[in-house]
Amino acid sequence: MSGDAKRGWRDLPLGALILDAGNAEGYSTGDWRTLRPVIDLQKCTHCMLCWFFCPDSSILVQERRVVGVDLEHCKGCGICAAVCPVKIRAISMVEEAEAVRAGGDRE
Amino acid sequence: MSRVVALTGNQAAAEAMRQIRPEVCAAYPITPSTQVMETFAQFVADGIVDTELITVESEHSAMSACVGAAAAGGRAMTATSSQGLALMHEVLYVTSGLRLPVVMAVATRALSAPINIHGDHSDTMGSRDAGWIQLYAEDGQEVYDSLLQAVRIAEHPQVLLPVMVCFDGFTTSHTIERVQFLEDAEVQAFVGEYRPAHPLLDLKRPVTYGPLVLPDYFTEIKRQQREAMSQAPRVIQEVGKAFGDRFGRFYGLFEASHLDDAQVAILIMGSAAGTARGVVEGLRQEGVKAGLLKLRAFRPFPAEELAAALAHLQAVAVLDRADSPGSPGGPLFTDLRAALDGLQARPAVLNYVYGLGGRDILPEDIRRVYQRLLRVAAGEEGDTAVCEYLTLREDPIRLAPVGGA
Repeated sequence: MSGDAKRGWRDLPLGALILDAGNAEGYSTGDWRTLRPVIDLQKCTHCMLCWFFCPDSSILVQERRVVGVDLEHCKGCGICAAVCPVKIRAISMVEEAEAVRAGGDRE
Repeated sequence: MSRVVALTGNQAAAEAMRQIRPEVCAAYPITPSTQVMETFAQFVADGIVDTELITVESEHSAMSACVGAAAAGGRAMTATSSQGLALMHEVLYVTSGLRLPVVMAVATRALSAPINIHGDHSDTMGSRDAGWIQLYAEDGQEVYDSLLQAVRIAEHPQVLLPVMVCFDGFTTSHTIERVQFLEDAEVQAFVGEYRPAHPLLDLKRPVTYGPLVLPDYFTEIKRQQREAMSQAPRVIQEVGKAFGDRFGRFYGLFEASHLDDAQVAILIMGSAAGTARGVVEGLRQEGVKAGLLKLRAFRPFPAEELAAALAHLQAVAVLDRADSPGSPGGPLFTDLRAALDGLQARPAVLNYVYGLGGRDILPEDIRRVYQRLLRVAAGEEGDTAVCEYLTLREDPIRLAPVGGA
C-alpha cells in the first residue's frame, strides 16, 4: 500500500493483498514517534542487544558497529533504551520535539 | 452414469463435498447441519476422500481455519447453521474481504432467543451484508447441484467471493428425498482444478494477506467487492447453464412458474417454493392466473432481472422467512421494493413473514395469500405495504374462509 501516486480500485490488488515483498521499508512510520532514542556512541560497546530487540529493524549497523537510528522507521517504543546494559546506558529517550529543536531530523 | 439415491439434504451436501474433494474442511457441529460434517467425517475416516478435516473448537475457528487454508491456496469448505453462523459473523467479512472463494453449506435455522432449533432464514439474513454470495436451494437435489456450481462461481476470476448454499433446516436438511448424483469423475471435470492467483504457500512469490488498510485505500477495496458482486449474476447464470448443458438440470438467478401470463404472483425462497408451486398448479386448474417466482440468488440480489420478470403483474406478495424488526418489511421485501422503484408502473407489493422457528406453512395459507392478491388486483383492497405475519394465530387472512379464488 505504499507508493507515491495512490492507485484506484481497478488497479489495486484484489483484497488489499501486498504483492511486493519487503515494502514495509517504503512506509514511513517515523512520524508516529513522540520519544526519540539518542545513542551516545562514546559509551556504546556495540553489544547489539538494541539491534536484536528493535521491532522495526531501525538500529543502523555498519561493519558490526552501531552507527545510529533509522528515524524514518523508528516509532520511539524505547525497547532499545530498555535493553541497553545497565552499566552502559548509552541510549536515552528524549522528547521528539526537543530533539528536532536541538538538531533537526537526523542524528 | 448417474446414481439415484434416497438421502437427506445434509447427506446430499456431504456427498457433494466428497466429490469436490476440497483440500481442507474445518467444522464444528450444530443442529440441523451436523449431519453434513458427520457424514463427511465418515468419508474421511473411511479413506474415500483425502480432505484434511480439522475438528475445531468453535465456528469462529472453523471459518478462520477455512480462511487460512484458502489463503494458503487450497479449496476450503465447511457447513453450519444458526448460532454457528452467527459466531462466524466476524470471520465471514474476513473471508469475503480477502476474496477467498470458500464454499459453505448452511442449513438455515432460527436464532435464539427464544431458543429454537427449527428452520427459518434468520441466520443467513443476518449475514446478507457480509459480502458472501447466497444461493437458496429448494430441495436436496438443488443443495447438491448448487454446491458443485458454487465452487466454480466462487473461484471465477471475476468473482472470487465466498458462497453459501442455504437450505431450510429440517425441512430440507433432514427430509429424505430422491437425489440424483453425478459420477466422481464428472464432478471433478466440472469443478476443475483450482488455480489460486496468490497462494500464501508459494514461497517464490511472497504475498501478504490481511494488511492494515487505512482511510486512503479502504473505500477502494470495498468498491472492488461491489464490482465482484455485480459480475456474479452473469457468472451464476453461465455456470448454471454449463451445468444444465452437461447434466440436464439448468439453474439461473431464479425460477419462474406460470409467470408469463400471470396476474398475481408470490416471490419466495427455499423449500416453501415447492408448497407454493402446488398451490399455483391448483389455481391454474381453476382458471386463476397465478404465478410463482422462486428466488435462488439473494446475494447478489438480481434487481433488474426481478423487476423485468415481475413488471407485468398487478400484485406480488413477498414471503419472507425472517423478519427485520423495525424495517418496513422483511429483507426480501425491502430489496424487492427497491428493485421495482425504477418501473413506471409497478405491481402492488404485499409482504408476509412466515415459517419462523419452523412453523409449518400449509397450502391453504399460501392459497389465502393468492386470494388476497386477487382482491388487491381487483381494487377491492388497497396496497397496504404493511408487513404482516402469516400463520400467526391472530393472522386475519388465516381466519378468513378458504373459498374459491
